[in-house]
Amino acid sequence: MNYAAITLTSREEVEVHRFSWVASFGVPLLAIFVQSFFTRHVQFLETFDLPLLVTIFFAVARRRPIPGMLTGALIGTLQDSIAGIPVGLNGIAKTIIGYLASSLGVKLDVDNPGSRFLMTFAFYIIHRVVYVVIAIWMAGMNEAVNWTHSLIAALANGLLAVVLFALLDRLKERA
Amino acid sequence: MENFFSRYKNPLVLMLILFIQVVALATQVKRAETGGRTASSSGGTRLIRVWTVTAITPVERVLVSTGHFFRRNWHNYIDLHDARKQNQQLQEELARLKLEQVRLREDAGQAQRLQALLGFRERYVGQTMAAQVIGASGSEQSRVLYIDKGARDGVKIDMAVITPDGVVGKIKDVFPLSSQIILINDRDGGAGVILQNSRLQGVLSGTPQGELKVKYIMADENVSVGEPVVTSGGDRIFPKGMPVGTVSEVSPDREGDPFLSIKVKPASNLSQLEEVLIVTRQSEQSTQLTSGNNSVRAADILAERLPTVNPTPSPTPAKAPGAKKTAASANPAAPAQASPLAGSTNPATGAAKPAVAAAAPRPSPSPSAASGTGVTGVKPSGAVTTGSGSQPKPAQNTTTKTGGTQPIANSATGTATSNPSAQKKPATTASPTPSPSVSPKNPSGATTSAAGAGNTTTKTGTPKKPQPKPSASPTASPAADTATPAAGSAERPPR
Repeated sequence: MNYAAITLTSREEVEVHRFSWVASFGVPLLAIFVQSFFTRHVQFLETFDLPLLVTIFFAVARRRPIPGMLTGALIGTLQDSIAGIPVGLNGIAKTIIGYLASSLGVKLDVDNPGSRFLMTFAFYIIHRVVYVVIAIWMAGMNEAVNWTHSLIAALANGLLAVVLFALLDRLKERA
Repeated sequence: MENFFSRYKNPLVLMLILFIQVVALATQVKRAETGGRTASSSGGTRLIRVWTVTAITPVERVLVSTGHFFRRNWHNYIDLHDARKQNQQLQEELARLKLEQVRLREDAGQAQRLQALLGFRERYVGQTMAAQVIGASGSEQSRVLYIDKGARDGVKIDMAVITPDGVVGKIKDVFPLSSQIILINDRDGGAGVILQNSRLQGVLSGTPQGELKVKYIMADENVSVGEPVVTSGGDRIFPKGMPVGTVSEVSPDREGDPFLSIKVKPASNLSQLEEVLIVTRQSEQSTQLTSGNNSVRAADILAERLPTVNPTPSPTPAKAPGAKKTAASANPAAPAQASPLAGSTNPATGAAKPAVAAAAPRPSPSPSAASGTGVTGVKPSGAVTTGSGSQPKPAQNTTTKTGGTQPIANSATGTATSNPSAQKKPATTASPTPSPSVSPKNPSGATTSAAGAGNTTTKTGTPKKPQPKPSASPTASPAADTATPAAGSAERPPR
């Protein structure tokens, strides 16, 4: 495993991975389930956005924008339908994140922990901004904007991503 | 053209997916009449929700059931060594509660009788269904829960969800095997509430941060921290009188509105809910006087509590024209207030023969109206306002006062609190010693009140034809208000 800092790589150097059908559908569903089930008991877990992390992971590992954004759209839609908010809020935000993450994965080495942390941190903030913009300007919702909390949550999600991505790496299959 | 699509395939697909989702989102957003936009979860997205929830909730249900199975076994077998000690504590508590029940039953019976006399209608929790919380939204942006009861169990949208501690929320969406609860601290949640002590009504709503706030209470009102907040029943969802929480912070509204910003600490632990109760049926019923055990009149119960006065005839009322006048005017002016309370079935009696009634001692106990224990009206919230009838104090303490924001009565418990000012200042018409002319056994309470003994539910004005029935609708409020000057006049010496 390459632990170097973020480096530009040629298209031939990056590994493109694929996942089994079980992993492709099971992991997102499991993430949504865990997010829904355990936050009932441990409220601070709401700070973490497991579906977002899974979206980033699949998009980066596949390194193909269309599957990446489709994965994001699917996960976001499911998350919206569970959360009881208008369907499309997380869907749109995670579609954009899926597209950006897969596009980034083509150009950058995102397999080392440092880059994964920074990438997740940045994507969490972008996701939050997109979500707030859609919620306030399109859905007319009274959305609370606490950027300090969002920064802390981005840090927490970045740290969790390092651990989670290492676990999910075992599901990768070389394409 | 083909080259264009192949070159910009990814951005085009991105725009297509975003467009579809924006359209889907637009179908759920409806423009409110007032100009703002509100997001609605109904519409074509319901199918997606049903599929997702149907896929997720069975797994959650199994996990919760498994967890409860092990937890129950733990409590059943391993914690048995605490059972003896706990049993002893429960026995002691049971004994204490039995004593309390006796008192409360009496008070409740009295309240029911008084409500019946006023035609008071109230919504009760008719039937509840226990449900297990199996999931949450998992998001900071919404506060919803999922329970293991759905349409097949008879759950319907907008049913109230409560716990013994207080209000939780209402059913927002119903699926075949599960339902979605929107908590009261969600930004779309809320309830009609009333501050228990000050009797101020407001609207409880959640905030995006998950806090509870009571809106629309004017800034010049006096709201104290720690004051209990209960449901008003006005929203037709939550039954009246359910605890909601306590006031935790009161401050002027920062947005410059003429209202207070009142934060409420929820009574239920909304973040740690395990089981909840769904109110599947609310019975709206008017309290009816029943025969048998409840045949005892409120006035009789109150009379037993008050000290008995020897029924020696006294010329006092005859010597006091003012008192006579007051006595004469009491019943006609307010039969809806004094007479029903006193249990007098003939309001005209007091009006027609005030002097006789005042002077003649009667064996029947009825100092209730005299002691200001009369039902003096119905507050806008429907709360019955009474005087200090339940307080076994001598008769000079009970000027009844109604209306406004006086802490007067709790209709739910039937307990009553008299006007503090009235308690501090005995009515000047009252003689410190019980007047012989006062007959605590006199059923014509209004007349008795006029006779003195410090029981000062008095009315001024010319005698009118007594109204046979009191009104319980909000139209009764003016009647209640009319009692206020009467109560105030009780503090003035008779002319």
